[in-house]
Amino acid sequence: MTAWSHHLIIAPILIPLVAAAILLFIEERQRVAKAMVGLVSVLLLLAVAIVLFGIESGPNDYEGVYLLGNWSAPFGIVLVLDGLSALMLLLTAILAVAALVYSLARWHAMGAHFHSMFQLLLMGVNGAFLTGDLFNLFVFFEVMLAASYGLLLHGSGPLRVKAGMHYIAVNLAAALLFLIGVSLIYGTAGTLNMADLAARIPDIEPDRRMLMEAGAGVLGIAFLIKAGMWPLCFWLPTAYSAASAPVAGIFAILSKLGIYVILRLTMLLFDSGPSAGFGSTFLLYGGLATLIFGTIGVLASQALGRLAGFSVLVSSGTLLMVLGINDGAVSSGALLYLVSSTLTISAFFMLIELVERSQDAGANVLAVTMEAYGDADDEEPEESDGVTMPGTMAILGTCFAMCAILLSGLPPLSGFIAKFAMLSAMMGTGAIGVPPTIAVWTLIILVILSGVASLISMTRAGIRTFWTSLEGTVPRVLVIEIVPVMMLLALTLALTIQANSAIQYMDTTIRTLSNPSLYIDAVRDAVVIPGVDSGLEVEGH
Amino acid sequence: MEIILSIAIGVMTSCGVWLILRPRTYQVIIGLSMLSYAVNLFIFGVGGVKTNVPPILSDDAVASRLADPVPQALVLTAIVIGFATTALFLVVLLASRGLTGTDHVDGRGEKR
Repeated sequence: MTAWSHHLIIAPILIPLVAAAILLFIEERQRVAKAMVGLVSVLLLLAVAIVLFGIESGPNDYEGVYLLGNWSAPFGIVLVLDGLSALMLLLTAILAVAALVYSLARWHAMGAHFHSMFQLLLMGVNGAFLTGDLFNLFVFFEVMLAASYGLLLHGSGPLRVKAGMHYIAVNLAAALLFLIGVSLIYGTAGTLNMADLAARIPDIEPDRRMLMEAGAGVLGIAFLIKAGMWPLCFWLPTAYSAASAPVAGIFAILSKLGIYVILRLTMLLFDSGPSAGFGSTFLLYGGLATLIFGTIGVLASQALGRLAGFSVLVSSGTLLMVLGINDGAVSSGALLYLVSSTLTISAFFMLIELVERSQDAGANVLAVTMEAYGDADDEEPEESDGVTMPGTMAILGTCFAMCAILLSGLPPLSGFIAKFAMLSAMMGTGAIGVPPTIAVWTLIILVILSGVASLISMTRAGIRTFWTSLEGTVPRVLVIEIVPVMMLLALTLALTIQANSAIQYMDTTIRTLSNPSLYIDAVRDAVVIPGVDSGLEVEGH
Repeated sequence: MEIILSIAIGVMTSCGVWLILRPRTYQVIIGLSMLSYAVNLFIFGVGGVKTNVPPILSDDAVASRLADPVPQALVLTAIVIGFATTALFLVVLLASRGLTGTDHVDGRGEKR
C-alpha cells in the first residue's frame, strides 16, 4: 500500500463533494457544463472504486484505515475500507454512472440543482459506507437523506410532493431514533468509534448492558426503516414509484445502505460475549414478515412502478432474514444476491419509465378495469399478419424479460446463482452441514414462493405492456437512456459468468467480517503519520 | 435536576408523538420539532447532568468538576441538521399546500 493509494480512501467522499460545490457555481442554463462536471465526477468515482476494489480483492487481507486529521483512533474519526465497503462503493459508483447518464436524456433539466443533489447523495452514501464512527455515520446519513429529499421531489407534481412529504416525515422521525440510539450507546459504552465499541461491549457491566442493548435496538430500528422492514415499510413503494426514473435508479442503493449498516454492526458488535447474536431472532422474523408482505404486494401491483417498489421489499426481506440466520455460507450467497438484486432493481426502475412512455396516463387504470371486467376487445381479435416488430420494442422487451428472469431468480442469470448459493447453504449442503430448522425451511419455501410471485407478476405486466398494447405507439427512446439499462443488465450477465470468483470474494469478505478482531486491531493499530501536525497542540504537554 | 430534565423530555416526547400522528401538516412539523428538542435534551442527559462546570481539560481539573464535551458536540451537530431538515420540510409543506389546496398530509380532506 503506497501513500497515494492510502489517500484514495477518502476520495469517494471528496470527489462528489467538490463536484457538488463546483456545480453550484454553474448557472442552471448551462446544462452541458453541469452535465460534464457531474459525468466527470461519477466516472472518477467509478475509477477510484475499481482501484479500491482491486486492492481489497488482492491477496492480502488489507484493512485500510484512514485517520481523519491525523488523530489516532478512538479520539479522532476514522474511515475504514474493507472488503464489504469496497464492494458497496463499487456498486454505488456503477449505479451512479448508469443513473446519471440516463438522466442526461431529459430528467436533469426537469428542475433545479439536480446534479448538485445527485453528487451530495453520492457523498452521503459513500461516506456512510466508509465511516468507522457511529456519529459520523449519522452525519453522512443525514447528508444522504437531505439530498434524497430534494431528489425525490425532482420534477415536482402533486404525486411527488405528497410521497415526498411522507418520505421526509418518516425519515426525520427515523433520524431522531438514530440519535436516541447513538446517545444511549455513548452513555453506556463511552465511545462512538465502532472498533473501540466492539472491543468494549463484552466488558460492559450487566446493569448497563440492558441500556446498551436498548440503544442498539433503537439504532437498528432507524436502519430498518431505511431498509424497509415490515411494518416500517409502507412509505417505500409509494416513494420509490413516485420518484423520477434516474432517482429511483440510484435510490435502489439507499435501502441496501440500511442492510449494510445492520450487517456491519451486528457482525462487529454482537459477535461474542454476553450480547452475542443480539437481535438476530428479530431480524429473522422481521425479514420473514417483510418477505411475505413484499410478495403479496408484488402480486397485487398493477402499475409497474409499484411492482418495482415491492420488489425492493422482497429483496430487503430476503437479506434481513439471512442476517437473522447469521451463518457464513448463507451470508456470502446473500451478498451476491444483494449485488445482483440492486443492479436489477435499478435497471428495472429506469426501464419502467421507457416502457410506460408508450402508454398514456390512463392506460394503467384502464388495465385494472380490463382485468376486473374482462377484456373489452375479446370479441374482435386484431388481424395482424406479420407486423414487423419495431427495434425499440424488441430491445425494451428483451431488457424487460431479463429483469423478470433476474427478479424471479430463474437460470441462467445471476439472480438464480445468488439464490442457489443462499438456499443450498440454508439446506445444509453448504459449508456448515447443519440440518435446517423449521424456521429455515419456512424461509426457503418463502424465498422460492416470492420468486414465483415475481415471475407471475412480471409475466402479467409484460404481456399487458408488450403484447396487448392498448395503442400501437412505439415509445421514443434515446440511446443514452437504454444504454445504462443495458449496461446494468450486462453486469448481471458478467456476474453470472464470473460467479465463481464473485462467490470467492464474498466468502473472503464474510470471513473477514466474522472475525471482528481483525477490524478492531486494524483501527487500533493505525498509526498517525509522524511529523504531520494534528492542527492543535495540547497545552502544557 | 435529573427529575426536571426527565419530566421535560418525557412531556415533550409525548406531545411530539401525539402531534406527528395528527392529520394536518402543521401539526406534524410542530410535532417533529418537539421530538427533536426532546432528543437534543436526551443527548445532553447521557453525558451526565452537571451544572456550571466547563468541558475543558486542564492540569488541575478533577473528573467530578468536568462536563463531557462529546454529547455537547453531538447536540450541536444534531441541532444544525435538525434546523436544515425542518426548513426543508416547511418548503415541502408549502408546496403541498399550493398543489393540493389543503393542509391534510395526504392532500385529501375538505378544501379550505
